[in-house]
Amino acid sequence: MQYINIGHGDLVLALVLVGITLAVSLWQRLDLHGDLFIGTLRTFIQLTAVGYLLQVIFNLNRWYLVILALGIMLLVAAANAYRRQQERWPGLFFIMLLAIALGGIITLAIVIGIVLKVKPWYQPQYIIPIAGMILGNAMIGAALAVNRLTGEIKAHRGEIEAALSLGATAYLAVLPYLRSALRAAMLPTISTMMTVGIVQLPGMMSGQIIAGASPAAAVRYQVVVTYMVAAATALTTITATLLAYRYYFTPSHQLKPPEQNNKTKKQKGKPDLPRGVRGLLRRGIKGGGDAAGAKTVDSKSVKFN
Amino acid sequence: MGEAKFELDEVTLKRPGRNAAGDVTTTIILNRITTSFLKGKITAVLGPSGSGKSSLLRLLNRLEDPASGRITLDGQDLKSLNIFILRRRVGMVWQLPTLFPGTVLENISYGPRLRGISLSRARSQELILMVGLGPELLDRRADSLSIGQQQRVSMARTLANEPEVLLLDEPTSALDPTAAANILHLMVDLKIRLGLTIIFVTHLLDQARQVADEVIFMHHGEIVESAPARQFFTAPQDPRSRLFLSGQLEG
Ligand SMILES: Nc1ncnc2c1ncn2[C@@H]1O[C@H](COP(=O)(O)OP(=O)(O)OP(=O)(O)O)[C@@H](O)[C@H]1O
Ligand SMILES: [Mg+2]
Repeated sequence: MQYINIGHGDLVLALVLVGITLAVSLWQRLDLHGDLFIGTLRTFIQLTAVGYLLQVIFNLNRWYLVILALGIMLLVAAANAYRRQQERWPGLFFIMLLAIALGGIITLAIVIGIVLKVKPWYQPQYIIPIAGMILGNAMIGAALAVNRLTGEIKAHRGEIEAALSLGATAYLAVLPYLRSALRAAMLPTISTMMTVGIVQLPGMMSGQIIAGASPAAAVRYQVVVTYMVAAATALTTITATLLAYRYYFTPSHQLKPPEQNNKTKKQKGKPDLPRGVRGLLRRGIKGGGDAAGAKTVDSKSVKFN
Repeated sequence: MGEAKFELDEVTLKRPGRNAAGDVTTTIILNRITTSFLKGKITAVLGPSGSGKSSLLRLLNRLEDPASGRITLDGQDLKSLNIFILRRRVGMVWQLPTLFPGTVLENISYGPRLRGISLSRARSQELILMVGLGPELLDRRADSLSIGQQQRVSMARTLANEPEVLLLDEPTSALDPTAAANILHLMVDLKIRLGLTIIFVTHLLDQARQVADEVIFMHHGEIVESAPARQFFTAPQDPRSRLFLSGQLEG
Protein backbone atom coordinates (compact mmCIF):
# COMPACT_ATOMS: atom_id res chain seq x y z
CA MET A 1 0.00 0.00 0.00
CA GLN A 2 1.16 3.47 -0.76
CA TYR A 3 0.72 6.63 1.36
CA ILE A 4 -0.82 9.45 -0.70
CA ASN A 5 0.66 12.79 0.17
CA ILE A 6 -1.56 15.87 0.06
CA GLY A 7 0.25 18.69 -1.72
CA HIS A 8 -0.55 22.38 -1.54
CA GLY A 9 -2.30 22.20 -4.90
CA ASP A 10 -4.52 19.41 -3.58
CA LEU A 11 -5.48 21.67 -0.67
CA VAL A 12 -6.79 24.24 -3.11
CA LEU A 13 -8.92 21.52 -4.65
CA ALA A 14 -10.33 20.81 -1.19
CA LEU A 15 -11.87 24.26 -1.30
CA VAL A 16 -14.58 22.63 -3.41
CA LEU A 17 -15.81 21.20 -0.11
CA VAL A 18 -15.98 24.67 1.42
CA GLY A 19 -17.91 25.72 -1.67
CA ILE A 20 -20.55 23.08 -0.93
CA THR A 21 -20.96 24.39 2.62
CA LEU A 22 -21.13 27.93 1.32
CA ALA A 23 -23.78 26.99 -1.21
CA VAL A 24 -25.95 25.42 1.46
CA SER A 25 -25.57 28.50 3.67
CA LEU A 26 -26.51 30.90 0.89
CA TRP A 27 -29.32 28.76 -0.46
CA GLN A 28 -31.00 28.38 2.92
CA ARG A 29 -30.06 31.93 4.02
CA LEU A 30 -28.31 30.59 7.10
CA ASP A 31 -26.24 33.76 7.21
CA LEU A 32 -23.20 31.71 8.08
CA HIS A 33 -20.94 32.71 5.20
CA GLY A 34 -19.03 35.26 7.29
CA ASP A 35 -18.26 32.75 10.01
CA LEU A 36 -17.60 30.11 7.38
CA PHE A 37 -15.04 32.34 5.71
CA ILE A 38 -13.25 33.03 8.99
CA GLY A 39 -13.51 29.39 10.01
CA THR A 40 -12.00 28.24 6.72
CA LEU A 41 -9.09 30.62 7.13
CA ARG A 42 -8.54 29.79 10.80
CA THR A 43 -8.57 26.08 10.17
CA PHE A 44 -5.86 26.50 7.62
CA ILE A 45 -3.76 29.00 9.54
CA GLN A 46 -4.00 27.35 12.96
CA LEU A 47 -3.28 23.88 11.70
CA THR A 48 -0.43 25.08 9.51
CA ALA A 49 1.11 26.93 12.44
CA VAL A 50 0.76 23.92 14.71
CA GLY A 51 2.19 21.75 11.95
CA TYR A 52 5.30 23.90 11.66
CA LEU A 53 5.72 24.02 15.42
CA LEU A 54 5.44 20.27 15.66
CA GLN A 55 7.90 19.90 12.80
CA VAL A 56 10.41 22.00 14.72
CA ILE A 57 9.90 19.99 17.89
CA PHE A 58 10.19 16.73 15.99
CA ASN A 59 13.36 17.79 14.25
CA LEU A 60 15.13 19.11 17.35
CA ASN A 61 13.92 16.18 19.46
CA ARG A 62 14.89 17.69 22.81
CA TRP A 63 13.22 16.70 26.07
CA TYR A 64 12.92 20.29 27.30
CA LEU A 65 11.13 21.38 24.12
CA VAL A 66 8.71 18.53 24.55
CA ILE A 67 8.09 19.51 28.17
CA LEU A 68 7.54 23.11 27.06
CA ALA A 69 5.01 22.03 24.45
CA LEU A 70 3.20 19.83 26.98
CA GLY A 71 3.18 22.72 29.44
CA ILE A 72 1.53 25.04 26.94
CA MET A 73 -1.02 22.39 25.98
CA LEU A 74 -1.82 21.95 29.67
CA LEU A 75 -2.28 25.68 30.23
CA VAL A 76 -4.58 25.99 27.25
CA ALA A 77 -6.61 22.98 28.37
CA ALA A 78 -7.00 24.42 31.89
CA ALA A 79 -7.93 27.84 30.53
CA ASN A 80 -10.56 26.30 28.29
CA ALA A 81 -12.06 24.21 31.08
CA TYR A 82 -12.16 27.37 33.17
CA ARG A 83 -13.76 29.51 30.48
CA ARG A 84 -16.53 27.01 29.97
CA GLN A 85 -17.75 27.52 33.55
CA GLN A 86 -21.05 29.25 34.16
CA GLU A 87 -19.65 30.42 37.48
CA ARG A 88 -16.00 31.42 37.85
CA TRP A 89 -14.11 32.44 40.90
CA PRO A 90 -10.51 33.11 41.86
CA GLY A 91 -8.69 29.84 42.23
CA LEU A 92 -10.90 27.82 39.91
CA PHE A 93 -8.39 28.16 37.08
CA PHE A 94 -5.68 26.69 39.28
CA ILE A 95 -7.97 23.88 40.35
CA MET A 96 -8.54 23.07 36.68
CA LEU A 97 -4.81 23.26 36.05
CA LEU A 98 -3.97 20.98 38.95
CA ALA A 99 -6.72 18.47 38.13
CA ILE A 100 -5.86 18.22 34.44
CA ALA A 101 -2.15 18.06 35.24
CA LEU A 102 -2.64 15.28 37.77
CA GLY A 103 -4.97 13.18 35.61
CA GLY A 104 -2.87 13.90 32.54
CA ILE A 105 0.56 13.18 33.94
CA ILE A 106 -0.39 9.94 35.66
CA THR A 107 -2.18 8.59 32.59
CA LEU A 108 0.53 9.76 30.24
CA ALA A 109 3.22 8.15 32.37
CA ILE A 110 1.40 4.83 32.34
CA VAL A 111 0.83 4.85 28.58
CA ILE A 112 4.30 6.08 27.59
CA GLY A 113 6.33 4.29 30.25
CA ILE A 114 4.49 1.04 30.87
CA VAL A 115 2.21 0.23 27.92
CA LEU A 116 4.12 1.57 24.91
CA LYS A 117 7.57 1.59 26.59
CA VAL A 118 8.68 4.49 24.40
CA LYS A 119 12.47 5.01 24.55
CA PRO A 120 13.52 7.70 25.07
CA TRP A 121 10.26 8.71 26.70
CA TYR A 122 10.15 12.16 25.12
CA GLN A 123 9.97 11.02 21.50
CA PRO A 124 7.60 13.71 20.18
CA GLN A 125 5.99 11.36 17.66
CA TYR A 126 4.34 9.48 20.56
CA ILE A 127 4.11 11.76 23.53
CA ILE A 128 2.70 14.84 21.78
CA PRO A 129 -0.35 13.30 20.08
CA ILE A 130 -1.07 11.05 23.03
CA ALA A 131 -0.85 13.95 25.47
CA GLY A 132 -3.12 15.92 23.15
CA MET A 133 -5.82 13.28 23.33
CA ILE A 134 -5.47 12.92 27.09
CA LEU A 135 -5.52 16.64 27.81
CA GLY A 136 -8.38 17.34 25.43
CA ASN A 137 -10.60 14.77 27.06
CA ALA A 138 -9.51 15.67 30.59
CA MET A 139 -10.39 19.25 29.78
CA ILE A 140 -13.88 18.41 28.60
CA GLY A 141 -14.42 16.11 31.58
CA ALA A 142 -13.28 18.71 34.11
CA ALA A 143 -15.39 21.44 32.50
CA LEU A 144 -18.45 19.22 32.48
CA ALA A 145 -18.01 17.96 36.04
CA VAL A 146 -17.43 21.32 37.68
CA ASN A 147 -20.25 22.98 35.73
CA ARG A 148 -22.58 20.23 36.84
CA LEU A 149 -21.40 20.44 40.44
CA THR A 150 -21.99 24.20 40.51
CA GLY A 151 -25.46 23.78 39.08
CA GLU A 152 -26.34 21.00 41.51
CA ILE A 153 -25.19 22.99 44.53
CA LYS A 154 -27.27 25.94 43.36
CA ALA A 155 -30.33 23.79 42.79
CA HIS A 156 -30.08 21.87 46.05
CA ARG A 157 -29.20 24.47 48.66
CA GLY A 158 -32.14 23.34 50.78
CA GLU A 159 -31.11 19.69 50.90
CA ILE A 160 -27.47 20.60 51.53
CA GLU A 161 -28.34 22.89 54.43
CA ALA A 162 -30.77 20.31 55.79
CA ALA A 163 -27.95 17.76 55.83
CA LEU A 164 -25.60 20.25 57.49
CA SER A 165 -28.16 21.12 60.12
CA LEU A 166 -28.52 17.43 60.96
CA GLY A 167 -24.79 17.31 61.66
CA ALA A 168 -23.31 16.33 58.30
CA THR A 169 -19.90 17.59 57.20
CA ALA A 170 -19.78 19.75 54.10
CA TYR A 171 -18.36 16.76 52.22
CA LEU A 172 -21.18 14.43 53.22
CA ALA A 173 -23.75 17.11 52.48
CA VAL A 174 -22.55 17.55 48.89
CA LEU A 175 -21.63 13.92 48.29
CA PRO A 176 -24.80 13.11 46.30
CA TYR A 177 -24.08 16.08 44.04
CA LEU A 178 -20.39 15.25 43.71
CA ARG A 179 -21.48 11.83 42.55
CA SER A 180 -23.95 13.10 40.00
CA ALA A 181 -21.37 15.58 38.67
CA LEU A 182 -18.81 12.81 38.28
CA ARG A 183 -21.32 10.53 36.63
CA ALA A 184 -22.34 13.26 34.22
CA ALA A 185 -18.73 13.86 33.27
CA MET A 186 -17.85 10.16 32.93
CA LEU A 187 -20.97 9.12 31.07
CA PRO A 188 -20.01 10.41 27.60
CA THR A 189 -16.68 8.59 27.88
CA ILE A 190 -18.28 5.36 29.03
CA SER A 191 -21.00 5.48 26.40
CA THR A 192 -18.37 6.06 23.73
CA MET A 193 -16.61 2.94 25.02
CA MET A 194 -19.85 1.06 24.40
CA THR A 195 -20.18 2.05 20.76
CA VAL A 196 -16.63 2.81 19.68
CA GLY A 197 -15.93 1.49 16.20
CA ILE A 198 -19.52 0.57 15.48
CA VAL A 199 -20.85 3.86 14.23
CA GLN A 200 -17.66 5.65 13.38
CA LEU A 201 -14.01 4.73 13.29
CA PRO A 202 -12.17 6.79 15.87
CA GLY A 203 -10.07 9.58 14.35
CA MET A 204 -6.74 8.30 15.50
CA MET A 205 -7.35 4.80 14.22
CA SER A 206 -8.54 6.14 10.87
CA GLY A 207 -5.40 8.25 10.67
CA GLN A 208 -3.13 5.31 11.33
CA ILE A 209 -4.88 3.20 8.73
CA ILE A 210 -4.59 5.95 6.12
CA ALA A 211 -0.93 6.34 7.05
CA GLY A 212 -0.44 2.70 6.19
CA ALA A 213 -0.69 0.85 9.50
CA SER A 214 -2.48 -2.49 9.39
CA PRO A 215 -6.03 -2.25 10.79
CA ALA A 216 -5.12 -4.82 13.46
CA ALA A 217 -2.23 -2.69 14.71
CA ALA A 218 -4.31 0.48 14.56
CA VAL A 219 -7.05 -1.19 16.57
CA ARG A 220 -4.65 -2.11 19.36
CA TYR A 221 -3.59 1.52 19.59
CA GLN A 222 -7.17 2.61 19.69
CA VAL A 223 -7.98 0.21 22.52
CA VAL A 224 -5.14 1.64 24.58
CA VAL A 225 -6.23 5.18 23.76
CA THR A 226 -9.83 4.48 24.74
CA TYR A 227 -8.86 3.07 28.14
CA MET A 228 -6.40 5.89 28.61
CA VAL A 229 -8.98 8.57 27.94
CA ALA A 230 -11.37 7.00 30.45
CA ALA A 231 -8.68 6.90 33.12
CA ALA A 232 -7.60 10.49 32.50
CA THR A 233 -11.20 11.70 32.64
CA ALA A 234 -11.86 9.82 35.87
CA LEU A 235 -8.76 11.12 37.62
CA THR A 236 -9.20 14.69 36.43
CA THR A 237 -12.88 14.99 37.21
CA ILE A 238 -12.58 13.55 40.70
CA THR A 239 -9.68 15.86 41.51
CA ALA A 240 -11.46 18.90 40.11
CA THR A 241 -14.74 18.31 41.93
CA LEU A 242 -13.11 17.40 45.24
CA LEU A 243 -11.15 20.65 45.14
CA ALA A 244 -13.96 22.80 43.73
CA TYR A 245 -16.78 21.97 46.16
CA ARG A 246 -14.84 23.44 49.09
CA TYR A 247 -15.19 26.89 47.63
CA TYR A 248 -18.91 26.86 48.37
CA PHE A 249 -18.45 26.21 52.09
CA THR A 250 -16.86 28.02 54.99
CA PRO A 251 -14.44 26.16 57.26
CA SER A 252 -17.33 25.86 59.76
CA HIS A 253 -19.29 23.68 57.31
CA GLN A 254 -21.66 26.46 56.30
CA LEU A 255 -22.95 26.85 52.77
CA LYS A 256 -21.92 30.32 51.61
CA PRO A 257 -24.77 32.63 50.56
CA PRO A 258 -25.30 32.57 46.80
CA GLU A 259 -24.55 36.20 45.91
CA GLN A 260 -21.06 35.90 47.22
CA ASN A 261 -20.04 33.56 44.44
CA ASN A 262 -22.28 34.84 41.69
CA LYS A 263 -20.18 36.74 39.21
CA THR A 264 -22.27 36.36 36.08
CA LYS A 265 -22.72 40.11 35.68
CA LYS A 266 -19.04 40.88 35.72
CA GLN A 267 -18.13 37.91 33.54
CA LYS A 268 -19.55 39.10 30.28
CA GLY A 269 -17.11 41.88 29.49
CA LYS A 270 -14.02 40.72 31.22
CA PRO A 271 -12.89 37.18 31.69
CA ASP A 272 -11.01 36.94 34.95
CA LEU A 273 -8.30 34.59 33.82
CA PRO A 274 -4.73 35.05 34.97
CA ARG A 275 -3.10 37.54 32.63
CA GLY A 276 -0.68 35.44 30.60
CA VAL A 277 -3.24 32.75 30.07
CA ARG A 278 -5.76 35.23 28.76
CA GLY A 279 -3.31 36.32 26.08
CA LEU A 280 -2.67 32.76 25.06
CA LEU A 281 -6.35 32.16 24.66
CA ARG A 282 -7.04 35.33 22.79
CA ARG A 283 -4.50 34.40 20.22
CA GLY A 284 -6.78 31.46 19.71
CA ILE A 285 -4.35 28.60 19.95
CA LYS A 286 -7.30 26.43 20.75
CA GLY A 287 -10.01 28.85 19.72
CA GLY A 288 -12.26 28.12 22.66
CA GLY A 289 -13.18 31.74 23.29
CA ASP A 290 -16.75 31.16 22.23
CA ALA A 291 -17.32 29.20 25.41
CA ALA A 292 -17.28 32.31 27.58
CA GLY A 293 -21.02 32.72 27.38
CA ALA A 294 -21.89 29.07 27.01
CA LYS A 295 -24.25 27.82 29.66
CA THR A 296 -23.24 24.21 29.57
CA VAL A 297 -20.58 22.20 27.91
CA ASP A 298 -22.00 20.34 24.99
CA SER A 299 -21.54 16.72 25.83
CA LYS A 300 -21.74 15.82 22.17
CA SER A 301 -18.44 17.54 21.63
CA VAL A 302 -16.78 14.74 23.54
CA LYS A 303 -14.98 12.66 21.03
CA PHE A 304 -11.83 10.67 20.98
CA ASN A 305 -9.32 12.03 18.54
CA MET B 1 -37.84 34.67 84.69
CA GLY B 2 -36.47 31.26 83.87
CA GLU B 3 -33.00 30.26 82.87
CA ALA B 4 -31.74 31.30 79.43
CA LYS B 5 -30.90 28.60 76.89
CA PHE B 6 -29.70 31.00 74.20
CA GLU B 7 -28.44 34.50 74.80
CA LEU B 8 -27.79 36.95 71.98
CA ASP B 9 -25.72 40.02 72.58
CA GLU B 10 -25.68 42.81 69.97
CA VAL B 11 -25.92 40.31 67.11
CA THR B 12 -25.73 41.76 63.62
CA LEU B 13 -26.13 39.68 60.46
CA LYS B 14 -25.14 41.00 57.06
CA ARG B 15 -25.38 39.43 53.66
CA PRO B 16 -23.68 40.38 50.45
CA GLY B 17 -26.07 41.32 47.70
CA ARG B 18 -26.27 43.22 44.47
CA ASN B 19 -28.20 46.32 43.60
CA ALA B 20 -29.92 46.89 40.25
CA ALA B 21 -26.66 48.11 38.70
CA GLY B 22 -24.91 44.89 39.66
CA ASP B 23 -22.60 46.39 42.27
CA VAL B 24 -21.81 44.48 45.41
CA THR B 25 -23.70 45.78 48.41
CA THR B 26 -24.07 44.69 52.00
CA THR B 27 -27.53 44.32 53.46
CA ILE B 28 -28.07 44.34 57.17
CA ILE B 29 -30.48 41.48 57.82
CA LEU B 30 -30.43 41.56 61.61
CA ASN B 31 -29.45 44.72 63.43
CA ARG B 32 -27.84 44.52 66.88
CA ILE B 33 -30.18 41.95 68.35
CA THR B 34 -29.99 41.42 72.06
CA THR B 35 -32.38 38.88 73.54
CA SER B 36 -32.59 35.51 75.17
CA PHE B 37 -34.60 32.32 74.69
CA LEU B 38 -35.72 30.63 77.89
CA LYS B 39 -34.85 27.03 78.61
CA GLY B 40 -37.76 24.60 78.47
CA LYS B 41 -40.13 27.22 77.09
CA ILE B 42 -41.85 27.78 73.78
CA THR B 43 -40.91 31.13 72.30
CA ALA B 44 -42.91 32.32 69.31
CA VAL B 45 -41.05 34.55 66.88
CA LEU B 46 -43.53 36.84 65.15
CA GLY B 47 -43.14 39.52 62.55
CA PRO B 48 -44.10 40.43 59.02
CA SER B 49 -42.60 38.67 56.02
CA GLY B 50 -38.97 39.62 55.50
CA SER B 51 -38.45 40.83 59.05
CA GLY B 52 -35.62 38.35 59.64
CA LYS B 53 -37.31 35.50 61.50
CA SER B 54 -35.78 32.68 59.44
CA SER B 55 -32.41 34.42 59.45
CA LEU B 56 -32.48 34.56 63.24
CA LEU B 57 -33.05 30.81 63.44
CA ARG B 58 -30.15 30.15 61.05
CA LEU B 59 -27.77 31.81 63.48
CA LEU B 60 -28.77 29.52 66.32
CA ASN B 61 -27.43 26.33 64.74
CA ARG B 62 -24.69 28.21 62.91
CA LEU B 63 -25.87 27.75 59.37
CA GLU B 64 -24.64 31.31 59.27
CA ASP B 65 -22.48 33.40 61.56
CA PRO B 66 -23.20 36.97 62.59
CA ALA B 67 -20.91 39.75 61.41
CA SER B 68 -20.63 40.92 65.00
CA GLY B 69 -22.04 40.13 68.41
CA ARG B 70 -22.07 37.01 70.51
CA ILE B 71 -24.43 34.07 70.87
CA THR B 72 -24.23 31.62 73.75
CA LEU B 73 -25.88 28.27 74.37
CA ASP B 74 -26.06 27.32 78.06
CA GLY B 75 -23.55 30.09 78.68
CA GLN B 76 -21.00 28.82 76.15
CA ASP B 77 -20.09 30.79 73.05
CA LEU B 78 -21.49 28.96 70.01
CA LYS B 79 -18.14 29.31 68.28
CA SER B 80 -16.41 27.40 71.04
CA LEU B 81 -18.66 24.37 70.56
CA ASN B 82 -18.01 21.55 68.12
CA ILE B 83 -20.18 22.44 65.14
CA PHE B 84 -21.53 18.91 64.60
CA ILE B 85 -22.47 18.45 68.23
CA LEU B 86 -24.06 21.91 68.27
CA ARG B 87 -26.18 21.10 65.23
CA ARG B 88 -27.31 17.83 66.70
CA ARG B 89 -28.31 19.57 69.94
CA VAL B 90 -30.10 22.36 68.11
CA GLY B 91 -32.45 20.72 65.60
CA MET B 92 -34.10 22.67 62.82
CA VAL B 93 -37.26 22.18 60.79
CA TRP B 94 -37.50 24.20 57.63
CA GLN B 95 -40.09 26.51 56.24
CA LEU B 96 -40.18 24.35 53.11
CA PRO B 97 -39.66 20.62 53.57
CA THR B 98 -36.35 19.48 52.15
CA LEU B 99 -36.27 15.72 52.23
CA PHE B 100 -33.45 13.74 50.69
CA PRO B 101 -34.09 11.35 47.80
CA GLY B 102 -34.80 7.89 49.18
CA THR B 103 -37.36 6.45 51.54
CA VAL B 104 -38.95 8.09 54.54
CA LEU B 105 -37.04 5.68 56.78
CA GLU B 106 -33.74 6.67 55.18
CA ASN B 107 -34.61 10.29 55.80
CA ILE B 108 -35.50 9.76 59.42
CA SER B 109 -32.38 7.75 60.13
CA TYR B 110 -30.04 10.24 58.41
CA GLY B 111 -28.92 12.09 61.55
CA PRO B 112 -28.23 9.04 63.73
CA ARG B 113 -26.46 7.33 60.81
CA LEU B 114 -24.04 10.26 60.62
CA ARG B 115 -22.97 9.32 64.11
CA GLY B 116 -22.74 5.63 63.31
CA ILE B 117 -26.02 4.74 64.99
CA SER B 118 -28.60 2.74 63.09
CA LEU B 119 -32.09 3.75 64.09
CA SER B 120 -34.20 0.79 65.21
CA ARG B 121 -37.44 0.05 63.39
CA ALA B 122 -39.33 0.54 66.63
CA ARG B 123 -37.83 3.96 67.22
CA SER B 124 -38.54 5.11 63.67
CA GLN B 125 -42.15 3.96 64.05
CA GLU B 126 -42.37 5.88 67.28
CA LEU B 127 -41.04 9.01 65.59
CA ILE B 128 -43.40 8.81 62.62
CA LEU B 129 -46.37 8.30 64.95
CA MET B 130 -45.26 11.29 67.01
CA VAL B 131 -45.67 13.61 64.05
CA GLY B 132 -49.07 12.16 63.28
CA LEU B 133 -48.25 9.88 60.37
CA GLY B 134 -48.71 6.13 59.97
CA PRO B 135 -45.78 3.70 60.09
CA GLU B 136 -46.79 2.37 56.67
CA LEU B 137 -45.22 5.54 55.26
CA LEU B 138 -41.73 4.48 56.36
CA ASP B 139 -41.01 2.53 53.20
CA ARG B 140 -42.54 5.06 50.82
CA ARG B 141 -40.30 7.21 48.68
CA ALA B 142 -39.99 10.66 50.23
CA ASP B 143 -40.87 12.44 46.99
CA SER B 144 -44.14 10.51 46.72
CA LEU B 145 -45.53 12.21 49.84
CA SER B 146 -47.71 15.31 49.97
CA ILE B 147 -46.01 18.53 51.07
CA GLY B 148 -47.79 18.37 54.43
CA GLN B 149 -46.58 14.81 54.95
CA GLN B 150 -43.07 15.83 53.94
CA GLN B 151 -43.13 18.66 56.45
CA ARG B 152 -43.97 16.22 59.23
CA VAL B 153 -41.36 13.69 58.07
CA SER B 154 -38.77 16.43 58.20
CA MET B 155 -39.84 17.11 61.79
CA ALA B 156 -39.44 13.41 62.61
CA ARG B 157 -36.03 13.46 60.93
CA THR B 158 -34.95 16.30 63.20
CA LEU B 159 -36.40 14.63 66.31
CA ALA B 160 -34.42 11.47 65.54
CA ASN B 161 -31.30 13.41 66.51
CA GLU B 162 -32.76 13.87 70.01
CA PRO B 163 -32.13 17.62 70.11
CA GLU B 164 -32.37 19.83 73.22
CA VAL B 165 -33.60 22.77 71.19
CA LEU B 166 -36.07 22.73 68.31
CA LEU B 167 -36.05 25.54 65.80
CA LEU B 168 -39.33 25.41 63.91
CA ASP B 169 -39.80 27.67 60.91
CA GLU B 170 -43.53 27.83 60.20
CA PRO B 171 -43.84 24.08 60.75
CA THR B 172 -47.55 24.00 60.00
CA SER B 173 -47.64 26.13 56.86
CA ALA B 174 -48.57 23.18 54.63
CA LEU B 175 -50.84 21.38 57.09
CA ASP B 176 -54.59 21.11 57.37
CA PRO B 177 -56.09 22.35 60.67
CA THR B 178 -56.16 18.87 62.23
CA ALA B 179 -52.54 18.11 61.37
CA ALA B 180 -51.51 21.58 62.49
CA ALA B 181 -53.24 21.10 65.86
CA ASN B 182 -51.46 17.77 66.13
CA ILE B 183 -48.06 19.45 65.67
CA LEU B 184 -48.94 22.12 68.25
CA HIS B 185 -49.82 19.37 70.73
CA LEU B 186 -46.56 17.63 69.94
CA MET B 187 -44.65 20.84 70.68
CA VAL B 188 -46.27 21.22 74.07
CA ASP B 189 -45.74 17.53 74.74
CA LEU B 190 -42.03 17.72 73.86
CA LYS B 191 -41.66 20.73 76.11
CA ILE B 192 -43.38 19.12 79.08
CA ARG B 193 -42.18 15.54 78.68
CA LEU B 194 -38.62 16.10 77.49
CA GLY B 195 -37.99 19.67 78.60
CA LEU B 196 -37.18 20.81 75.06
CA THR B 197 -36.60 24.47 74.35
CA ILE B 198 -38.69 25.38 71.32
CA ILE B 199 -38.31 28.43 69.13
CA PHE B 200 -41.21 28.67 66.82
CA VAL B 201 -41.57 31.04 63.87
CA THR B 202 -45.14 31.59 62.82
CA HIS B 203 -47.31 34.16 61.18
CA LEU B 204 -50.46 32.71 62.72
CA LEU B 205 -51.25 34.70 65.85
CA ASP B 206 -53.70 32.07 67.05
CA GLN B 207 -51.00 29.42 67.10
CA ALA B 208 -48.71 31.65 69.11
CA ARG B 209 -51.56 32.39 71.53
CA GLN B 210 -52.21 28.70 71.99
CA VAL B 211 -48.72 27.40 72.72
CA ALA B 212 -46.22 30.21 73.28
CA ASP B 213 -44.85 31.06 76.70
CA GLU B 214 -42.83 33.96 75.34
CA VAL B 215 -43.10 36.12 72.25
CA ILE B 216 -40.44 37.92 70.29
CA PHE B 217 -41.78 40.39 67.78
CA MET B 218 -39.50 41.42 64.92
CA HIS B 219 -39.68 44.14 62.32
CA HIS B 220 -37.05 45.12 59.74
CA GLY B 221 -34.32 43.02 61.31
CA GLU B 222 -34.82 44.33 64.82
CA ILE B 223 -36.58 43.05 67.87
CA VAL B 224 -39.38 45.46 68.57
CA GLU B 225 -40.79 43.77 71.62
CA SER B 226 -40.09 40.67 73.61
CA ALA B 227 -42.44 39.72 76.38
CA PRO B 228 -44.33 36.87 78.04
CA ALA B 229 -47.01 35.74 75.60
CA ARG B 230 -49.96 36.76 77.75
CA GLN B 231 -48.59 40.24 78.18
CA PHE B 232 -47.77 40.60 74.49
CA PHE B 233 -51.25 39.64 73.39
CA THR B 234 -53.17 41.58 76.04
CA ALA B 235 -51.04 44.67 76.53
CA PRO B 236 -48.49 45.13 73.73
CA GLN B 237 -46.13 47.99 74.54
CA ASP B 238 -44.83 49.05 71.15
CA PRO B 239 -47.14 50.79 68.68
CA ARG B 240 -45.81 48.51 65.90
CA SER B 241 -46.82 45.46 67.93
CA ARG B 242 -50.31 46.89 68.26
CA LEU B 243 -50.50 47.51 64.52
CA PHE B 244 -49.27 43.98 63.81
CA LEU B 245 -51.81 42.42 66.17
CA SER B 246 -54.57 44.30 64.43
CA GLY B 247 -53.27 43.21 61.03
CA GLN B 248 -52.16 46.64 59.87
CA LEU B 249 -48.37 46.47 59.88
CA GLU B 250 -46.63 46.43 56.52
CA GLY B 251 -43.42 44.40 55.99
N1 LIG C 1 -29.84 34.61 50.72
C1 LIG C 1 -30.16 35.88 50.98
N2 LIG C 1 -29.36 36.87 50.56
C2 LIG C 1 -29.65 38.17 50.81
N3 LIG C 1 -30.73 38.54 51.48
C3 LIG C 1 -31.57 37.61 51.93
C4 LIG C 1 -31.34 36.23 51.70
N4 LIG C 1 -32.35 35.52 52.26
C5 LIG C 1 -33.17 36.43 52.81
N5 LIG C 1 -32.73 37.67 52.62
C6 LIG C 1 -33.33 38.93 53.09
O1 LIG C 1 -33.23 38.94 54.49
C7 LIG C 1 -34.36 39.51 55.07
C8 LIG C 1 -34.91 38.58 56.11
O2 LIG C 1 -35.31 37.38 55.50
P1 LIG C 1 -35.93 36.18 56.32
O3 LIG C 1 -36.07 35.03 55.40
O4 LIG C 1 -35.15 35.99 57.56
O5 LIG C 1 -37.35 36.78 56.67
P2 LIG C 1 -38.60 36.08 57.38
O6 LIG C 1 -38.97 36.94 58.50
O7 LIG C 1 -38.29 34.66 57.68
O8 LIG C 1 -39.70 36.18 56.25
P3 LIG C 1 -40.89 35.13 55.89
O9 LIG C 1 -41.97 35.33 56.91
O10 LIG C 1 -41.34 35.60 54.53
O11 LIG C 1 -40.32 33.77 55.88
C9 LIG C 1 -35.33 39.77 53.93
O12 LIG C 1 -35.27 41.16 53.66
C10 LIG C 1 -34.80 38.99 52.78
O13 LIG C 1 -35.04 39.66 51.58
MG1 LIG D 1 -38.93 32.86 56.90
